[in-house]
Amino acid sequence: MTQATIDTGMLPAAADPAPPADGKSIGEVILDVQNISLRFGGVNALTDISFNVREHEVRAIIGPNGAGKSSMLNCINGVYQPQDGTISFRGKTFKHMNSRQVAEMGIARTFQNLALFKGMSVIDNIMTGRNLHIKSNLFLQALRIGPAQREEEANRAFVENIVDFLEIQAYRKTPVGQLPYGLQKRVDLGRALAMEPQVLLLDEPMAGMNLEEKQDMCRFILDVNSEFGTTIVLIEHDMSVVMDISDRVVVLDYGKKIGDGTPQEVRNNEEVISAYLGTSH
Amino acid sequence: MQTTFPRLLLKHALERPRATAMREKEFGIWQALHWADLGQLVEHIACGLHQAGLRRDDHMVVVGSNRPRLYATMLAIQAIGAVPIPLYQDAAAAECVFPINNADVKFAFAEDQEQVDKMLEAREQCPLLAHIYFDDPRGLRDYDEAGLASIDELIAAGTAFAAQHPDFFRQQVEQAKPDDVAAMFFTSGTTGNPKGVVHTHNSLLDRARAGADFDKLTEHEEVLAYLPPAWIGQNIFSYAQWLACGYVVNCPESSATVTIDLKEVGPTYYFAPPRVFEGLLTSVMIRMEDAGALKRKLFHAFMALARRVGPDRMDGKSLGLMDRLMYSLGDWMIYGPLRNNLGLSRVRVAYTAGEAIGPDLFQFYRSIGINLKQLYGSTETAVFVCLQPDNAARADTVGLPISGVEIKVADNGEILVKSPGLLKEYFKNPEATAEVLTKDGWYHTSDAGFIDAHGHLKIIDRVKDVGRIKGGANDGAMFAPKYVENKLKFFPYIKEVVAYGDGREKVCVMINIDMDAVGNWAERRNLAYAGYTDLAQKPEVYVLIKDCIEKVNADLAADELLAGSQISRFLVLHKELDADDGELTRTNKVRRGFIADKYLPLVDGLYAGKTEQFIETVVKFEDGRTGSVSATLTIEDTKTFAPVKAAA
Repeated sequence: MTQATIDTGMLPAAADPAPPADGKSIGEVILDVQNISLRFGGVNALTDISFNVREHEVRAIIGPNGAGKSSMLNCINGVYQPQDGTISFRGKTFKHMNSRQVAEMGIARTFQNLALFKGMSVIDNIMTGRNLHIKSNLFLQALRIGPAQREEEANRAFVENIVDFLEIQAYRKTPVGQLPYGLQKRVDLGRALAMEPQVLLLDEPMAGMNLEEKQDMCRFILDVNSEFGTTIVLIEHDMSVVMDISDRVVVLDYGKKIGDGTPQEVRNNEEVISAYLGTSH
Repeated sequence: MQTTFPRLLLKHALERPRATAMREKEFGIWQALHWADLGQLVEHIACGLHQAGLRRDDHMVVVGSNRPRLYATMLAIQAIGAVPIPLYQDAAAAECVFPINNADVKFAFAEDQEQVDKMLEAREQCPLLAHIYFDDPRGLRDYDEAGLASIDELIAAGTAFAAQHPDFFRQQVEQAKPDDVAAMFFTSGTTGNPKGVVHTHNSLLDRARAGADFDKLTEHEEVLAYLPPAWIGQNIFSYAQWLACGYVVNCPESSATVTIDLKEVGPTYYFAPPRVFEGLLTSVMIRMEDAGALKRKLFHAFMALARRVGPDRMDGKSLGLMDRLMYSLGDWMIYGPLRNNLGLSRVRVAYTAGEAIGPDLFQFYRSIGINLKQLYGSTETAVFVCLQPDNAARADTVGLPISGVEIKVADNGEILVKSPGLLKEYFKNPEATAEVLTKDGWYHTSDAGFIDAHGHLKIIDRVKDVGRIKGGANDGAMFAPKYVENKLKFFPYIKEVVAYGDGREKVCVMINIDMDAVGNWAERRNLAYAGYTDLAQKPEVYVLIKDCIEKVNADLAADELLAGSQISRFLVLHKELDADDGELTRTNKVRRGFIADKYLPLVDGLYAGKTEQFIETVVKFEDGRTGSVSATLTIEDTKTFAPVKAAA
């Protein structure tokens, strides 16, 4: 049997800083996933998965349906508690985390099946992403007095920056439910950005989009990465998108890691090819 | 009193330093730029450009949408005696190459990454283009092209220069004379290379002021700048008249927010081509059809009243007491809220031009109390030739010659104009200049028309397009394609029409349906369709369009002169005509000859009497890639009518 997996997960971070072609500086390991296993009853959703994410890079997790991609994201995000393994963020290791702790540490995410407030306006939806930055109490906020008003103004200004960045000025006051799907995805991204995350987890940001919407979304992801220096971990089905925008790719199949490396390395990995295309025996 | 643009800027900055010159919506808030601040900004950019090597009589390209810094850059270029060339922001890189090389352009201002990319692409064929300055740095961080710099860097350099040479800017402004060249506009030529229309400070400002006097514009007007700055109309409304009157120009947030910004700004002086007014009306009508029964009933009842008495009211005629009362009620319940919803509640003067406007459309706006008027002019005449007075606006004329203008109709029906606003010349093109600007001082507009009984100018078509039917029943009859096309385009279901008939025995047309209107019409009839191509070929749609054509035929039959132009056959095109495919000009006029060549099998099919025709065409996407669309199109005959002879 040929083992073509390129396992950079085990290498010390400083060994290969691997500057990519466009000259952006990829830093140290920021997020390190070690030997994660997740079981639902008798189903092994994830088995002994290890990989890392370096600061400022775009890291993709790919794999066929049911490979465990979303489960992996949910583990990082604190939605699921893996039975085995550890996750380190900026050198601090955690066995169990809840979603709020993860959010407070600076990890934001978007959802595959949009989880927006359909009846609320675009601005209000993105404002909900500022939740952790609002410190004044409910009473002051309800009356909009003193620090609450200043805080609201500062947060609103931040949200306006995001609106400008994502080019959704024309929809500020539109209820999200009335927007086309591609725009809703953009609002979802906006809400995650409102948290000022250090790491952004994107769960199939391109799913269900047409070509033009995909191109727009790719541009926004790359812009977020280069303008804000945000580290990005994304799950994606569309291979051409992944190959174009990510720095490194992890490949999962049936809950196991079968490949890890640059897009080019992964593309030539035989196990990956057989997982995607099937093999003749 | 003759003056120049930069002198007007200094005058406003001195006399009304804290008055608002421009507003731009940024991060959701309208930010005002005062005349004094604008003056300083212009000084710094001008000094920066001088330091970078831009000299008197050089040319500099500006390309981008309406932004304060774009206009400030134009002023700065003029301040040091150079000539700005605004280019269309949606033009492809290849289209920018000719103007840049033609005028030996070394400097360019580009709004954002998209425009920078375009300039960089054009630069491969324009070796002289050395300096490109951008306004919005987004996405440009990793660019390390030679000569590419942010306008902020230019301003910083200029600020330092201005501090060392405090009198430089003022001296430069003083040196410019009113007869110096102020700007150059490239016209979207239908054939051959575009021509650079050269205007002086005086020609632009004289017309700007004549127009302002005609409508009594003041410094209190509010204008929304949303059309391309490269188009002379936008330049007159948001640059020449802005400086002449000192009113406020508002720059929308983005092209997608124009309708929202329109409502927020509430302009008092407004210009839009007919298609914008048509789009607004269509959106109102579509929403009204979906409204509740009571609202719909009220709307239709009061609109009927408005149609009956509104135009007279606008023309200042006296109305009966009952009509006056009912109109006031309608104004309170329907017309007022409607004007407000359209963003036109504060409009004092609104103009439309560029294309003929449908009588129904035109009267709709006048009947709900919007002072919509028409004007006649072109790039070569600095826009203002004829304007309609407030109480004499008609859908089928373009108004009276305004002060300074003389008009004459040549023997071949061509309109000739004499005015202080005429172009100085076509840049480096004396032959073309001699063709349109004859020694006796008349400018040949190449528009065919006549002056009606009330002294108003009426335009029929381009002189070269007016043709003759050859052979068949109507041999020798006059054929005015645009006249026929416009009559069809007045129907909301029809977006574009291309008519053929010159030198042929009958008139045939190719039609683009209006996707919004026909789509909505189809939905209300539960007619399923997959997209434009599918919808366009539905038999039901053919019946709908055929009905429109036969109404036009009946109308044409009543016109003795043009009865021979009735339409015999038609087809609905499988794709929308697009400027990117070269089928429309950048100002969205159909390029009849080009389309005839491109769709030759269709034209042949129309005249060969076929009932269907296969066609395959290449389409260009916005990112420059190409694909192809093919379809088999149905061709149908239409009923024509015997000419209605005037009673002897």
